Amino acid sequence: MKRTVSEINEKIKRGKVVVVRADEMTEIVRQEGAREAFEKVDVVTTGTFGPMCSSGAFLNLGQSDPPIKMSRVWLNDVPVCADLAAVDIYIGATAISEKAGMNYGGGHVIQDFVDGKSIRLRATGYGTDCYPRREIETYINKETVNQAFLFNPRNAYQNYSCATNGSERALYTYMGILLPKFGNITYSSAGQLSPLLNDPYYRTVGIGTRVFLCGAEGYVAWQGTQHKPSVKRTKKGFPVEPAGSLALTGDLKKMSSRFLRGARFHRYGATLFVGVGIPVPVLDDEMASFTGVGDDELETSVFDYSEQKRSRRKLGSVTYEELRSGKVELLGKSIPTAPLSSYKVAREIAETLKSWIAKGDFFLTEPVQPLPVEGDLKVLEAGRRKGGQVVQ
Amino acid sequence: MSSKRVVLTFPPEVVEQPVVAIMVKQYEILTNILRAQVHEGEVGRMLVELEGDTKKIRAAIKYLKEIGVTVEDAIRDIALDESSCISCGACTAVCVPGALSLHGEEQELLLNRKKCILCGFCVDACPLQLIKVKF
Repeated sequence: MKRTVSEINEKIKRGKVVVVRADEMTEIVRQEGAREAFEKVDVVTTGTFGPMCSSGAFLNLGQSDPPIKMSRVWLNDVPVCADLAAVDIYIGATAISEKAGMNYGGGHVIQDFVDGKSIRLRATGYGTDCYPRREIETYINKETVNQAFLFNPRNAYQNYSCATNGSERALYTYMGILLPKFGNITYSSAGQLSPLLNDPYYRTVGIGTRVFLCGAEGYVAWQGTQHKPSVKRTKKGFPVEPAGSLALTGDLKKMSSRFLRGARFHRYGATLFVGVGIPVPVLDDEMASFTGVGDDELETSVFDYSEQKRSRRKLGSVTYEELRSGKVELLGKSIPTAPLSSYKVAREIAETLKSWIAKGDFFLTEPVQPLPVEGDLKVLEAGRRKGGQVVQ
Repeated sequence: MSSKRVVLTFPPEVVEQPVVAIMVKQYEILTNILRAQVHEGEVGRMLVELEGDTKKIRAAIKYLKEIGVTVEDAIRDIALDESSCISCGACTAVCVPGALSLHGEEQELLLNRKKCILCGFCVDACPLQLIKVKF
């Protein structure tokens, strides 16, 4: 038995669609089996709300008179990338304020913009015949600018490793504060609610897929950076380490700071909490089985972040059920665990997307192009000096 | 017997006096220092739990005030902006006494003030900078 995306959309139109959250699907599959679950459920909604550093926003500021080719731009003292056409800029989530340092960064600028706040703009240009102005200072907000869209090169990482710290001092990382002597373990995936863990081989999600992005509709633009499908997987096919990722885009002006938050990790820097929800069509028994995955079947690896190396030694494997219990047994001791991404808001995202679909406000899409299901990561080797030249 | 949490503020000239030792010895008060910022020549602050005879605690506080120490009840000591909290859980990573923890199916962050020792690690750990610790 099979079902198509257009059949599901027809059901959405007629108000007959059956849609459940990924955590609800886990229960249904456990109690009734994948076959029954497929018969019953058309769509499973997922969600995640975590810090995703590879995020940012394109803005077109509108032209001044006389016009300027902006070459350096600051928003609320945060430097942004202006190496595009005259008044196009990209706000990177991890840029930090030249005045406030790490406590305010690109992610905070993006949140302030979404909240409709007034943002101080300072820009300089080198002056040309077509763009004579050399500097400008003013205020912008979401009403004054032209296009504004989030464009996040890497979101919704399919699984992520956990971090711990075997050294004698606390470490301040993008995985939070890691207490010395294996004092804690932090993790960041939403586990059974996580979008790409419910479609481990990207059968239904691909380029062009419509998604929930920070409270608005968004789209999958491309495979995410570091998309790495060729990793170790469980027997059922779920990756046990960071695997696929998505590049996402959507209209920033329609987003809500309920699902988008500027953040800072102490002594690491600024970032952005991004809310992503992907609807997974239950096309057949296999998709029912995939979306029925539970935290007890999803594994990830623990690494010691005090090893300041590209490849750290793996200390062990844990399931999301163990992580979520608040303690794991590892290295012969019981280590407290803590998440960095909000399970509460992830669930709220899955619930919101569920209600959009049930009400007929959101239709599913077929990918325009599938995502690669094979591929590994390359590394960057530092060159060395030889006779005044750098060689590989 | 009773116990009381107070915040002591020492003027620079008192910082060098063995105040805690006097409270223990003279007033027979168990003095549990939960947090302290004491540097020579500067205003010092200390969060302490005083345990002992009610009358003696009162007398000790009188003594502290006489030598110029400001004594305040430590009540509003940790503040979490709950309306902005997203329950990410990052603060729970550093909360060793377990005052900040996630609860229920929703995994909602709850703060149990009774367990808080005002160490202040959560102030740094909160990615949204929503926690303030005053002592």
